Formats: sequence, structure tokens, C-alpha cells
Amino acid sequence: MIVVEKLTKQFKGQVVLNGIDLKIEEGEVVAIIGPSGSGKTTFLRCLNFLEEPTSGRIKVGDIEIDGSRPLNQQQGLVRRLRQQVGFVFQNFNLFPHRTALENVTEGPQVVKKVPRAEAEALGRKLLAKVGLAGKEDAYPRRLSGGQQQRVAIARALAMEPAVILFDEPTSALDPELVGEVLATIRGLAEEKRTMVIVTHEMGFARDVANRVVFFDKGVIVEQGEAKALFAAPKEERTRQFLSKFLSAGHGDQ
Amino acid sequence: MEAALQLALDSAPFLLKGAYYTVILSLGGMFFGLLLGFGLALMRLSRLKVINWIARMYVSFFRGTPLLVQLFLIYYGLPQLGLELDPLPAALIGFSLNMAAYACEILRAAISSIERGQWEAAASIGMTRAQTLRRAILPQAARTALPPLGNSFISLVKDTALAATIQVPELFRQAQLITARTFEIFTMYLAAALIYWVLATVLSHLQNVLEARVNRHDQES
Repeated sequence: MIVVEKLTKQFKGQVVLNGIDLKIEEGEVVAIIGPSGSGKTTFLRCLNFLEEPTSGRIKVGDIEIDGSRPLNQQQGLVRRLRQQVGFVFQNFNLFPHRTALENVTEGPQVVKKVPRAEAEALGRKLLAKVGLAGKEDAYPRRLSGGQQQRVAIARALAMEPAVILFDEPTSALDPELVGEVLATIRGLAEEKRTMVIVTHEMGFARDVANRVVFFDKGVIVEQGEAKALFAAPKEERTRQFLSKFLSAGHGDQ
Repeated sequence: MEAALQLALDSAPFLLKGAYYTVILSLGGMFFGLLLGFGLALMRLSRLKVINWIARMYVSFFRGTPLLVQLFLIYYGLPQLGLELDPLPAALIGFSLNMAAYACEILRAAISSIERGQWEAAASIGMTRAQTLRRAILPQAARTALPPLGNSFISLVKDTALAATIQVPELFRQAQLITARTFEIFTMYLAAALIYWVLATVLSHLQNVLEARVNRHDQES
């Protein structure tokens, strides 16, 4: 489904990603964890080229992009890939001048040229799916953070992507709103959607992900079956990281 | 007093004819200035240094020199280079070029004020740069740009009086011609001033209506 080969990213001489290889199978839910500054968010953003890699290859379905070539020389390809790769941002990034429904229909209507009625039917269905039936006409500023993030998830789903990337989807939320967003993502996992989730919610990662990937200092230190990795990490650095989290009380949710 | 009023009424057709030119110059200058200014703003946002530099120089020149000098360059100067223009087109070109410089800076600032996340959100659903601008960025930038654009427009309406110096029979020029004939200086210039005032007031009102419209997603629930 997704193949990443030797992905590197340098930023002003600093190495942020140092040769990442990763394969993600269809229907798999992969959680990426690691300390801040480990490169996990940069990696996620490279997957749909919000961040330009320095080198390496990324393949999604039958679309393959060479990261060492300048992106503006392959914009058409990048756009095709992005239609296959949904992205949910930490800060939601909804369009504030559009209603919840319009946020969801924007992609199908503008990018895929789906007729308006059809796009709206899909939009209503997706808003209902994320528990926001009745909020179609609300503008983002009238919605809580949790509701906004669920609209953002519906917006990503509307493009019917092959994979959805989540960049710390609950980090900007008040604690009492985290649960509703995690429940929505959990629902998607149960439908066997392919997802990659960068998260600090360790309990969530353990329960929902099939596989956990631990990033540190721009490399993948360790990866494995989620429950096994949390129960018995093999690498010292993983152990240290997890113990800090567990002792800080972030372990369960 | 009565005589003055009579004079003002008698002169009304001439003044209104002048006001017509004032409106043409204002609307034309704003329209073409916005078009050109938008193009310049896009150039200013370009990553290509040369393109960026050209737009910067343009803005610097037209904001750094008096509008009156620009009008003289176009109307009196260009004929020496073989390009003769009638007063009205010359003034229209002058006001458009000048307005473009201000519009460029206003639009550039408004577009840059939209946070990166909006560009990224649009990109993440596969929009092109043009689609992103049209659907996501410009509608939001319009909110920021409208108040300063409105102010520039009102300034432009008043600046069109400068066209009198290059023979355009606009409002101020008409008032001058009538005073030269009748010597009712105060009455005529006051009448002209009142007409400018009405125009500016109507414009500010339109500006308010428009601002309320683009801000509607703030108020409605």
C-alpha cells in the first residue's frame, strides 16, 4: 500500500530524518510514537509532501514520487498522491469561512468535480458518521475543538483516500474532548481503514494500532506489534521513553 | 444668498457632468488598479526573485512619487516618446497604475496574513494552487483587505480632482471653469466639495455593507 524507501530530510543543515524505510499494508493501523523533535511529524508530513523530502522514494498505491527531485517539477503527481492520502492536522485547519458541510464537500466538489447534490449527500453521510448530524450548517468557530477535529476527519474521508494520516489529532484538544475524537478514529480502525497516526496517547496506540513505530533522532529505533512492543520493548531508548510516559501518568486513557 | 443658490442650480448640469467623469475615473481606476494590483501581489508572493523584484520596484516607484507627477509624465511626457493619449485615457491609466501599487501591498499583506495551515489543508485534499487561492485563501484575505481597499478607493475618488490638471472635464475642473466665468468662487467650490462628500459617503456605506457580508461567518451560528 505505502512503501517508503531511504527517506531523508535535512533542514538548514540539520538532519531531521535519516534514512527511513517503512512499509504499510492495506488495512493496517500504524501508530508512530517518539519524543518531540524525533522527526515523527516531519515524517508524516513528508508522506503527502507537505514537507519536501531531501531524498528517498515514497510510493502510495501505483503513484511513486522521487523525493530527491524538486517537487514543483512533479506537482501533478503530488496532487494525485494527495488525493489518495488524507491528512488530519493537529490544529484541524478547517476553512473558517465555510460551514461544516461545505468543509466536507469542498474536496469532492472542487477537486474531484463531483456534482453538488451528490457531494452534499456524501457530506451529510460522513458528518453523521463522525457524530455531527445536525451541525451541517455550523461554521467552525461555533464548534468545539473535538467537533472541529471530527469535521476535519470527515473532510479527509470525503476524498475516499487509500490512507489517512493523523498528526497528533488530539494534542490541541481540551482533555475532556480527546475521547470523542479517539472514538471516531477507533471506529475507522474497526472498518479496516489504512491509517498512520502520530500520537502521544500511548493507551490509544496500544489498543487501536496493529503496529507501533518508535522514532528517535530521525531514525526508526524499534517497531513491532503494538501490544508486544508496549509490554516488552527491546531497545533501551524505547524503554526509557515509555517509562517516562507511564510514570508521567500518560499511559492510560 | 439667493443668487448663489440660483447659480448653484444653474451650474448643476455642468457639475453633474463633471461628477460623471469623477465616477468613471474612480470606478475605472479602482477596477483596473485591483486587477493589476492582484497580479502584482501574486508576483510579490512568488518565490522567483526576479519576478518579486520587478513587483517591488513597481510598487516602490508608484508609491514613492507624487500622483500628480505620474499624471504629467503620462499626459505631457509620453507624447515626446511618440505616445499621445487623450486626457481621459491618460488619467485612467495614471490612476490605475497608481492604485495598483497600493492594492498590491494591501492584497499581499492580506494573503500573507492567512495562516500556513489553510494552504496545507487545501493542499491535503489535492487542490491546485489556483484552486487554493480562489476557494480558501482569497475569501479569507478579502476580510482583511476590504477596509484598507475601501479607504484607498475613497482616497482615489478625491484624488481624481488631480485629473483637472490634465484637461479631464471632471468635477473639480468644471467647478474651476464656472468660477472663471462667474467669479462665484466660494459657492462653486463648496458645491463641488459637497458632491465629493456625497460620493465618499455612499462609498463608505457600501464598504460597510460589503464588510458585513464577508464577515457573516463570524456572526451566524
